[in-house]
Amino acid sequence: MKDTQRHNEDWSLVIKPKTGLLEINFRELWRYRDLVLLLVKRDFVSFYKQTILGPIWFLVQPLLTTLMFLLVFGRIAQLPTDGVPAILFYLAGVTCWSYFSEALTKTSETFTANANIFGKVYFPRLIIPLSIVVSAMMRLGVQLILFFAVLGYYIFFTDSDTHLTWAAALFPILIIMMGLLGLGLGLIFSALTTKYRDLRFLLTFGVQLLMYATPIVYPLSLAPEKYIWLIVANPFTAIIETFRFGFLGAGAFNPVYFTYSAVATLIILLTGVLIFNKVEKNFMDTV
Amino acid sequence: MSNTVIELNNISKLYRLGEVGTGTLSHDLNRWWHRLRGKEDPYAKVGEENNRESKGGEYVWAIQDINFKVNQGDVLGVIGKNGAGKSTLLKILSRVTAPTKGTIKAKGRIASLLEVGTGFHPELTGRENIFLNGAILGMTKTEIRRKFDEIVSFSGVERYIDTPVKRYSSGMYVRLAFAVAAHLESEILIVDEVLAVGDAEFQKKCLGRMKDVSAKEGRTVLFVSHNMAAVRQLCTNAVVMKNGRLVFEGTQTDCVNFYQRSHNTNFEYIHEGDIENAPGNKHIRIKRFDVKPVNGEVISISSGFDFELEFLNNREDISLDVTFELKNSDDIIVFHNGTILSPNKDSKRGYYKVSSRIPAHTLNAGVYKFTLIFGESQRYEVCALEDFVQFEIMNEASGSNSSVLPGMLHLNMPFSTIFNNVN
Repeated sequence: MKDTQRHNEDWSLVIKPKTGLLEINFRELWRYRDLVLLLVKRDFVSFYKQTILGPIWFLVQPLLTTLMFLLVFGRIAQLPTDGVPAILFYLAGVTCWSYFSEALTKTSETFTANANIFGKVYFPRLIIPLSIVVSAMMRLGVQLILFFAVLGYYIFFTDSDTHLTWAAALFPILIIMMGLLGLGLGLIFSALTTKYRDLRFLLTFGVQLLMYATPIVYPLSLAPEKYIWLIVANPFTAIIETFRFGFLGAGAFNPVYFTYSAVATLIILLTGVLIFNKVEKNFMDTV
Repeated sequence: MSNTVIELNNISKLYRLGEVGTGTLSHDLNRWWHRLRGKEDPYAKVGEENNRESKGGEYVWAIQDINFKVNQGDVLGVIGKNGAGKSTLLKILSRVTAPTKGTIKAKGRIASLLEVGTGFHPELTGRENIFLNGAILGMTKTEIRRKFDEIVSFSGVERYIDTPVKRYSSGMYVRLAFAVAAHLESEILIVDEVLAVGDAEFQKKCLGRMKDVSAKEGRTVLFVSHNMAAVRQLCTNAVVMKNGRLVFEGTQTDCVNFYQRSHNTNFEYIHEGDIENAPGNKHIRIKRFDVKPVNGEVISISSGFDFELEFLNNREDISLDVTFELKNSDDIIVFHNGTILSPNKDSKRGYYKVSSRIPAHTLNAGVYKFTLIFGESQRYEVCALEDFVQFEIMNEASGSNSSVLPGMLHLNMPFSTIFNNVN
């Protein structure tokens, strides 16, 4: 009897109907770290295979969007840009926003897009969203080269007021925050869309609308006093404002807003991971 | 004492039938309300046994109360008809979905091969896909690198290894995929019928590899198949599933026999009740027709089979004959043989019994159908019953070959060989 008891203790795997809310196997996640890298490589390589321009395509999208914003919001609507050269202002916004929105929308499709793999093989499901965010980060890396090139041009070759401030040192934190915010929101949506597909439609244009509720094409200083709380309630606002303050010297750094953003990001991320973890076990039955 | 590596306790899985989506929200709310008050899931109670032929409620137990243990180094066959719950069991074991009730305990990593080539990306080269697929199946980069050469040589696509897999033939694709899977280093391997891939030579290689995995490396394999010959060849033990329940557990031979007995391979038709309602027409009524093995309990290549027909004849004073026509599953006529029952035009009203035998080692494995034709004077048709009965001849492994061999016949032929030296 004693023998069987000792025997039972070395089960390395127990499959149960439901997991506890906080049961996340980080060790297993770590063991699959190579998979994250290989998935990122897959996304990156398959993106430009059989193209002539290759990774340059990563730059086309922000460039064209920036030009379009320049035309519509700068020239036609004539929105001010806090004294920053308009092209820099929009490029900063577009680059950061596309990073965030890509992380968000792609993560939210985790279950539906990978149903055939998930239906056949087990690996920690969280690997896929993680690889999506890292992929988005790689893409951001390429796009930031463009941004820094344009930034350098304005700092060194023109007499504009563009200058770096101390907040540029927060750069890595900002990048991680944007990614985690996208990841967290994406996880929440991915878990809910497995059962309620309606949310998918909501999300696609929701992200578009959200961009206008975030100071991407306009500076926060332009927002009317009455509605400023609404814009600041969006955790992305403080991140993008800090980013522009750091690199363009425009706008201001508000420590209260920034702390709020950081806390909100963490809460959203935690909620997302918990919901995701709960859904991943049985999603195959509903997808 | 042998070492248990997998233990299943009361594993059950409830599925909801029909469209998922409509009414989901209300069910979810109801479920949540029950849970909140500490009550049982209201929908778990209405689950029914998994029998796809009968109509019933909305919830079904795909598998119910499955208990068994697997020891280290065993190759356990899981046998059952389509819909018996085999795949659901595998899905739960490979953690693709969670059970509704019960627990599974295991020692070591479980790797599952429910399908080969999961996650292959068509744009990536063979080399890149080996790494990606290996990682999806749970290998680390170092492990894959160490096994890389072995995988490539097993697959036999060395020359194309730096070509995108979308340019591969489907055979090459599958071979590469299986090669990756075959080199997994997990302690427990779950294999669905992936062996039905590639050409005969590659299939043999796969079976051999599976044998090695358990015999030489001491790993445990769970093997799900319809192919009884493969189960016989590969497995040490087996379990039989039916309608979501475990109905038999034992050595592979016992299980295969049990399965084949319950699989209805012997055909028997008996008409009960008023003979005037039996199949046929006003002249001929079939009372009984059965096909059964000459020896053993299952019709197989080596058993041969007897068939016997009993019918009521209402036509008097004619030259009555009956013909048995056997067709295979491709509707090719194997034979069309008959006998004259009353050559002197003296048939009587009453029951006739006609029987015959196909000796062992005559017909190849497969599904066959009997057509019955009754005639008068070998010229006029009195009654014909197209494809009246269907039965199956089971395959048997011969040597190391477990798949059904081609051809209609499977004869026991006397071969002789003579050998001469070159000089």
